[in-house]
Amino acid sequence: MQRRLGPLLALAVALVVTLAGPPAGAQEKPRSGGELVFILPSESPSYDAHEEETFGLIHPTAPHYNTLLRTDPNDPTGTKIVGDLAESWTISKDGRTYTLKLHRGVKFHDGSEMTSRDVKASYDKIISPPPGVRSIRQGEYVDVEAVQAPDPYTVVFRLKWPSASFTSSLASPWNWIYRADLLAKDPHWYETHVMGTGPFTFVEHVRGSHWVGKKNPNYWDKGKPYLDGYRGIFIKDSAAQVAAVRGERAMIQFRGFAPAERDTLVQALGPKIRVQESPWNCVILVAINHEKKPFDDKRVRRALTLALDRYQGSQALSKIAIVKDVGGVQVPGTPFATPPAELEKLAGYSRDIQKSRAEARQLLREAGVPDGFSFVYKNRGVPMPYEPVGIWLIDQWRQIGLNVRQEVVEAANIYPTLRSGDFEVASDFQCGYIVDPDLDLYKFQSKERSFANYSRYTDKALDDLYEKQARATDAEERKRSVREFEKRLLDEEVHYIYTLQWHRIIPHLAKVHGWTITPSHYLNQQLDTVWLAE
Amino acid sequence: MLRYVAKRILLMVPTLVGVATLIFFLMRVVPGDIVELRFAGETFVKKETLDTERARLGLDQPLWRQFTTWMVGLARLDFGRSMWTGAPISEEIRLRFALSLQMAVMATAIAVTLAIPLGVLAALRQDTWVDYTVRIISIAGLATPSFWLGIVFILGLLIVFKWLPPMVYTPFWVNPGQNLAQLIWPALAVGYRYSAVATRMTRSAMLEVLREDYIRTARAKGLWQQLILTRHALKNAMLPVLTVIAIEFAFLLGGLVVTEQVFNLNGLGLLFVEAVAHRDYTLTQALVMLVAAAFIVVNLLVDLAYAWLDPRIRFR
Repeated sequence: MQRRLGPLLALAVALVVTLAGPPAGAQEKPRSGGELVFILPSESPSYDAHEEETFGLIHPTAPHYNTLLRTDPNDPTGTKIVGDLAESWTISKDGRTYTLKLHRGVKFHDGSEMTSRDVKASYDKIISPPPGVRSIRQGEYVDVEAVQAPDPYTVVFRLKWPSASFTSSLASPWNWIYRADLLAKDPHWYETHVMGTGPFTFVEHVRGSHWVGKKNPNYWDKGKPYLDGYRGIFIKDSAAQVAAVRGERAMIQFRGFAPAERDTLVQALGPKIRVQESPWNCVILVAINHEKKPFDDKRVRRALTLALDRYQGSQALSKIAIVKDVGGVQVPGTPFATPPAELEKLAGYSRDIQKSRAEARQLLREAGVPDGFSFVYKNRGVPMPYEPVGIWLIDQWRQIGLNVRQEVVEAANIYPTLRSGDFEVASDFQCGYIVDPDLDLYKFQSKERSFANYSRYTDKALDDLYEKQARATDAEERKRSVREFEKRLLDEEVHYIYTLQWHRIIPHLAKVHGWTITPSHYLNQQLDTVWLAE
Repeated sequence: MLRYVAKRILLMVPTLVGVATLIFFLMRVVPGDIVELRFAGETFVKKETLDTERARLGLDQPLWRQFTTWMVGLARLDFGRSMWTGAPISEEIRLRFALSLQMAVMATAIAVTLAIPLGVLAALRQDTWVDYTVRIISIAGLATPSFWLGIVFILGLLIVFKWLPPMVYTPFWVNPGQNLAQLIWPALAVGYRYSAVATRMTRSAMLEVLREDYIRTARAKGLWQQLILTRHALKNAMLPVLTVIAIEFAFLLGGLVVTEQVFNLNGLGLLFVEAVAHRDYTLTQALVMLVAAAFIVVNLLVDLAYAWLDPRIRFR
């Protein structure tokens, strides 16, 4: 009995220490020196963040760069915006002009000075890239009218209309500031080269093997970084990742581990390991094809969400998969998230599951869907967490008399499948870099507006609500609009179904300090605040 | 002999053309899209971005034109660039080739070192406890996947010695100790399974040869047993063993996918799997050609070795 309780106790202690204690690095005195060794589970095709979407680029490469703004490295919600290259910023009364003052004396790693010209060139590349240059987040900046550099240390963004999320966009971890001269010579230069203003300079990248950075001795933020350097090791297999931490060949993996992997490490390393956990701004969505019968009928869609016992699912699945919290369209605990009591009023979020399922069966009868009706759920062929969540969904739907067959679609084929509409019900996915309604709700607009709307519907009322919240200048007013949007999306129309919020688990060697988990695995990767205890 | 070699080399051409054609069309039949895979996860991506990318990769071209481009490049030994990384394919392969080759050589060395003495011993002591022990060891080797054995090695090292092999490849000429500390474990895991196949083949080939008339004659004329074994029996028994060893060697160059995952080896096997998963047509095609060429060359070398082992074999 004691043997079985030992690891559980160690896990409980590790979690309590993490969750109840202050944010890592908030109060301890940092120590300089040492090399941080971390695991890289993914590798990016190119080095240009303006055109990539994988964390496999952010984790090894972000320490070489700065952005204009960033999220506070000590803020566990990942929503508090602070300056990075910008030391201060002001917003005009009409909400359409953002003026940012830059730090002076910031140098690129080649020794040249970073000025507003570089910022303008970088943002021009993101917002209006030259022909032949990819910018995959161009659509995020449709509200920008012009980027101006009135003097070397001032940048002005003029917007077409007020945007509630523009500061979040300026803090995007993807918007690295590149050198204007290099972009002018070759806008593709940054696809194959690394050269920024960040706390670490680039040393080496051996594809498939490792990435090395060393301390930038001329870093503009004096006293930082604390580390002498870092080394990222590419390890794709999760068992090998666990072995690497367990064997102390690596200190941390910044994306996340599964619950069983956390438990293995806690059991094996005891006090040498520390665990940080957070709700994760990623969620598996259920796309319901509105062009296929009977899913064009909102009663059927509503029945699908009513069937889900999210609270019981959370308890069971969180033991075996990287999902946990029951949430709406915003990560629980973040500024625009719906409080639990209010969330319970939405279809499928009630704690009275018997009542919900009775209503679901009634709706199916009214819609003329016979008992035992069969359909196919196309699931993305990635085991964690798609497989357990898929099995859970099928079981829940079975309980209202639906007979669902799972068809696993290989990762390379899931988007072509969704895009072509060759499915009835399928898993979809959303993962944001900052918890912000503009970023998280964009995809749910009508199919004519959102290329990522795989449920294939048109809903002008929803589009209006999106714009209303996006242009709200008052936080409370925006919150109300987000609630209305959420109610229409998940309750009245049930265009999409939210399953459970992902749950991020980072077990790391206890000697790693100064890094705080956030709901996004894209954030907090500059490593300037990270340090190693002896 | 030279004529035979030239003829075999010429015969490689239609074989490789056949492989090139087959892999080109097979890759196009498999559903999936590299462009969607790379960019579609981004909410804000536009259709135009995906279309532009497809055009840049030549995926908007008719199939016959894509095929022609591939075959012309192949004729010039120019495999082009990886569709996923944009890096030259020769560079992508070069990075991994040294590790995969070294692994194949080490595993083969371990397999041969174990298999030939054990196989001969089992044949000489047929139906004794020695034979039974060797047979148990070899059957266990056949029944044990090398990746599973690899996992056992890793867990054993972690639990008993609190030590894990290095996870980044260091070339042998840079640091032999570091290099061997990383590769000896996967080489042992793979070499054991490989040796099991070769042991059984050596045993059965030896049993067959030892019953031949010329062995009886050699014994009758009082030839020294050691000489009979090495010069007359083993040399002749090696023909099928050599074939098995050679085919396994060629397979090891690109087929150690799971073992490479378990030991985090940056080899050709993992590159192959990633290329297929990414629908990186150019890289997958190049890797298939490399493995096909390796098999053909190894087969040719085996055929040439036959003549050396058995002078009765003549090439025409």
